[in-house]
Amino acid sequence: MLDIRSLEVNFVTKSKNKGAVTRAVNNVSLKLEKGDSLGLVGESGSGKTTIGRAVVGLNHISAGEIFLDGENTLGPNGKFDKKFHLRAQMVFQDPHSALNPRMTILRSVSEPLILHTRLRGVALYKKVSELLEIVGLQQQFLYRYPHELSGGQKQRVCIARAIALNPELLVLDEPTSALDVSVQALILEFLKSIQAQLDLTYLFISHNLAVVRYVCNKTAVMYLGQIVEQGNTEEIFNDPKHPYTKALLKAVPLPKSGQARRSNPLWGDIPSPIDLPEGCFFFSRCAQAKAGICDKTPVPVSTLSDGRQVRCILFQEGDIL
Amino acid sequence: MSKQPFFSIRDYRLNFNTFDGVYQVLDGVNLDLERGQSLGIVGETGCGKSVTIRNILGLLPSPPAEVISGQILFEGRDLLKVSKAEMQLIRGIEIAMIFQDPMTYLNPVFTIGNQMIDVILAHQRNKPRANKMSRRQAGEHAIEMLRKVHLPNPDKQMNSYPHQLSGGMRQRVLIATALSGNPKLLVADEPTTALDVTIQAQILDLIAELVEDMGLSVILITHDLGVVAKVCDRVAVMYAGQVVEYGSIEELYDTPRHPYTQGLLRSIPHPEISVAKLAGIPGHLPNLLDPPAGCRFQDRCAEVMPVCKTTPASVSVGGSHTVACHLIRQGGGDA
Repeated sequence: MLDIRSLEVNFVTKSKNKGAVTRAVNNVSLKLEKGDSLGLVGESGSGKTTIGRAVVGLNHISAGEIFLDGENTLGPNGKFDKKFHLRAQMVFQDPHSALNPRMTILRSVSEPLILHTRLRGVALYKKVSELLEIVGLQQQFLYRYPHELSGGQKQRVCIARAIALNPELLVLDEPTSALDVSVQALILEFLKSIQAQLDLTYLFISHNLAVVRYVCNKTAVMYLGQIVEQGNTEEIFNDPKHPYTKALLKAVPLPKSGQARRSNPLWGDIPSPIDLPEGCFFFSRCAQAKAGICDKTPVPVSTLSDGRQVRCILFQEGDIL
Repeated sequence: MSKQPFFSIRDYRLNFNTFDGVYQVLDGVNLDLERGQSLGIVGETGCGKSVTIRNILGLLPSPPAEVISGQILFEGRDLLKVSKAEMQLIRGIEIAMIFQDPMTYLNPVFTIGNQMIDVILAHQRNKPRANKMSRRQAGEHAIEMLRKVHLPNPDKQMNSYPHQLSGGMRQRVLIATALSGNPKLLVADEPTTALDVTIQAQILDLIAELVEDMGLSVILITHDLGVVAKVCDRVAVMYAGQVVEYGSIEELYDTPRHPYTQGLLRSIPHPEISVAKLAGIPGHLPNLLDPPAGCRFQDRCAEVMPVCKTTPASVSVGGSHTVACHLIRQGGGDA
């Protein structure tokens, strides 16, 4: 359904270091089938949000193409074709800043309907009430302002607004990271239920691996603008292959007793996307790196027998290790 | 209680007097910490976990804060009663604190070195003249501290400005600064919330190292039940200004007794096991302007009973494990 082909997004610095190119997304290819939910995980600065924004046309694309149902989202002029706004919508991280504080909930949720449909007056009001019902909010919220709502309620409003035009694809950018765990659980439950109910496909961006495991059937792990490993969620979590995926999973503190205090975590920070390393991007932090091999040549993607894709020299000749 | 605890909070009640009325923010908080141990305080936004620890160092402005009752005992002294001058000798020297967002707590226009040296020199104020550090000695001490927290190239980083460092490095600088007075107790308020998981793991590793190798005692505030389970010895779960459950990591995670703790543990997705369904806790925190009489969790509790209108006492359920819930008092059966 969604097909991203060798996507690249570069940003050119305008002030200091004029002309320096930040290579936020680097040759990323992803495929989603209808009804999939793909989790995009990685540290901050790995380019996961940039991909999400590119899919809904909020970022320019430097190279590559994005297809929705076989149609290119870039129009003939090389810009995002606005008709795809009807098919792909986004939910942002912080529901508070995503809602206009001076608009009532009714107004916020009607906005996409006014822009893209002919619904007006009573019909519009009815449609918005229906949407609020779907997301589990009562009618009384229609005339409230965002500051009168709790974080979880605001995120429900954002979801109502995103599904107003019956999109096929929802890009969810860290939809629960601003919420408390008890509320997060309710929102995640709800996202799963409307996915089945409305036949939605999710591109789920998150740094929280536990949340991705819970919501997504597929997972792609990003590092420095590249996908280092992608495949079925269960396989990746049960048997991670790439050293970065392993380190990432090991870094998550578990809510259970009897864990080792000292876990010898991944050392250092993610390198700058302005001057990218020559070989494997993960070389500087990798425990299994081989100097002279990993840092010299770019690493190709290998497909393992279970269909999983890994970008690591250790897996170049099929299923070793 | 014959032996004097290293650090304890007793029946601590605190109100915020505002134009809206009186917010009853803390309602009888009791906590204990032994020397060389780490205590985690978990709870959701607005449960009073930060407020509880701010006044350890007298950091809550009054008004609006008003202490109604209670004691914060640190090695026998009541920190709520000490004079301002005495507090200056405790703050940063005996007890140090680090906060959530390291950028907010560093001045953007001074170098790391400059800010650390200022702090170290401030700690010299009440020392006898012969023991006072000079500015140069303070600089050397700062570098030594940065080395202790494993900041790469400490001598070079002394001349860096905060914006030149990554989030994890800034948090290391804050920890180094906090440790420069050689405190006995470190209070960390959500130290890793703003960081990535891999960087969080580095900082948690560092905190565990300080506890194990330097004998530091730590109070760690967080909303992440995983973080507490990893680095702490004991944990207190707070809800709406009350400690609802307190115990060792094993006691609390293996046999949670309070409905709120159980709800929290059922709300978090687990990275290791695939979970079929998350429970969540419907409802909201009670309005602290007019909290319900008795247990403050009653409006969201699935097992609420008429007796919940009275305040449940903390009952011991074996070992150091205490629970404040009427379900336990009625025979201690399954909660």
